[in-house]
Amino acid sequence: MSRADEPKSADTGVPKTADTRPPGPTTDKRPTSPLWALALFRSELTTTLRRWRTLALLGVLALIPILIGVAVKIETSDGGGFGGGRGGGGEGPAFFPQITNNGIFLVFASLAATLPVFLPMVIGVITGDAIAGEAGSGTLRYLLVAPAGRTRLLLAKFTTSMAFCLIATLVVALSGLVTGALLFPLGDVTLISGITVSFEEALLRALGVAALVALSLVGIATVGLFISTLTNSGIAAMATTVGLVITAQILDTIPQLHAIHPYLFPHYWLSFADLLREPVYWDELVKNLGLQGLYVAVFGSAAWARFTAKDITA
Amino acid sequence: MEQRSTEEDDAAVETRGLTKRYRGGQLAVDALDLSVPRGSVFGFLGPNGSGKTTTIRMLMGLIEPTSGRARLLGEPMPRAARSVLPRVGALIEGPALYPFLTGRDNLLRYDAADPTADPRTRTARVAAALDRVGLAAAAGKRARAYSLGMKQRLGLAAALLQPRELLVLDEPTNGLDPQGMREIRSLVRELAEEGTTVFLSSHLLDEIEQVCTHAAVMAQGRLIAQGTVAELAAGSRGRLAITTPDPVDAVRVLKEHGVTDLVILDERVSGELPVPGPGAADAPLELADLNAALVRAGVRVRAFGAERASLEDAFVALTGEGFDVAG
Repeated sequence: MSRADEPKSADTGVPKTADTRPPGPTTDKRPTSPLWALALFRSELTTTLRRWRTLALLGVLALIPILIGVAVKIETSDGGGFGGGRGGGGEGPAFFPQITNNGIFLVFASLAATLPVFLPMVIGVITGDAIAGEAGSGTLRYLLVAPAGRTRLLLAKFTTSMAFCLIATLVVALSGLVTGALLFPLGDVTLISGITVSFEEALLRALGVAALVALSLVGIATVGLFISTLTNSGIAAMATTVGLVITAQILDTIPQLHAIHPYLFPHYWLSFADLLREPVYWDELVKNLGLQGLYVAVFGSAAWARFTAKDITA
Repeated sequence: MEQRSTEEDDAAVETRGLTKRYRGGQLAVDALDLSVPRGSVFGFLGPNGSGKTTTIRMLMGLIEPTSGRARLLGEPMPRAARSVLPRVGALIEGPALYPFLTGRDNLLRYDAADPTADPRTRTARVAAALDRVGLAAAAGKRARAYSLGMKQRLGLAAALLQPRELLVLDEPTNGLDPQGMREIRSLVRELAEEGTTVFLSSHLLDEIEQVCTHAAVMAQGRLIAQGTVAELAAGSRGRLAITTPDPVDAVRVLKEHGVTDLVILDERVSGELPVPGPGAADAPLELADLNAALVRAGVRVRAFGAERASLEDAFVALTGEGFDVAG
């Protein structure tokens, strides 16, 4: 752990500028550009977004609300309501029956449909590949001798992962909103608790739901980043992360394991529906955010400890 | 707080007892004492698997040494990485690129990773680096479509994004055609003339001989020799060869001028040229003077020349093995 990019103590807090360098004997030390941290993050984000794979994954995410919307439209166009016996059954909120009355429910339905599998899978692919992929292709060594600095590079990767959680969620939400608006009527919204609010307020709540869904993903994103520091194979890291999502989801459905359920990162995911009540049920929302924060703290530290001490041999 | 000798500050690269033992227990680098003078073009030689790359990775802060220490441009690595590495350009184990980005965008990305790089001059510096390695025309192509030689050039361009005090080039001509190799060599010479220290690892002895002023030889993780290329080649002694109908007279004259180990083979006389002392106070023997002396003494000379010892001879003499044998 002694090898990092610079003295560790000064490293964890605010981005520092050029002041802590030892007075060197020589020539033209260039000062650190103040905008550099931003430039690294921007480079990181655009590089991620320019990958064909990323665009394909986002495309799939955008497609899901369209498929749901079209399916609901076809199902209900030949008269009658939405297929009987369904709707909100089981533990997850489904929102399907409400879509025909109000297109905005397609946003909630799409998020509820993608949050258990598709969204975390996409996040797992992106974050699992974040460091392992660069190590595998060798670009990591050039970033490090540039020198990006291990802590800074990890921070840039982490920030990019967080940004990507938001981007992926927004893609689903916006696609749901646009599809919903095109296929179904819009208007005042009746919340789960029966109270009707204006469409504007419903839009605000939809934005809040999207933010909650994005925040629900930061736990798995950080786990993916940690796994990514363990190997030089992007594929292995992606597969492990996605496998972990599925495993956690399965464990979460086994009643005998209820003791560990509150510590599984997907356990409170569907609590976002509580934002659609009046008054809002904060209990599980807060638990969810706390759990995600715990995952970020634990696996973020583990990723940092691992990455700053790792021998870069590829 | 830390005392440094002048000698250490003068060296572009300095290691003391640098050792790396991998987790499996394999000793990759064993107590390496390397000293690369500033302003030199330093050839780093050794068979594959001799520990060259591990050494370079330790110098660049990518691998943590098991023991020993390394200084780059007078500052300790990896502790001072953040202040030293912006002044060092590196090509390590071949180029690594983002295949889905264009050549230009690859360089923009690497430049963004350098905290000292000025974003305002980024585009101009990237264009200049591309131009310098002859890639200006292919800058807009995706790196996926680059040939190995073009990738190698792009890797070099990344090392040249800033004015550097030290360039660490690991096998820089790998994958290049002869024309490309020549261009890279002249680029290295050009950079050296500008005052950049170049640390060049290669297993092509010709290459080292052509461009390097100094060299070190590694085998099985150990440093077995280092010094100027002339000194190293002299280690295996260049021989003088003369063809003459008067071999006996020739031997007498040559002996007077300090040529040793004289051998007569019919009309051919060969011997070892005296090695100039390290002080170099006594001027090295001028071959033309030697020839004139022979002629003055009435020796009829048909052919006269030094058979220059190559670095390859030196290498074989040092390691007792062929060059491409894995250590």
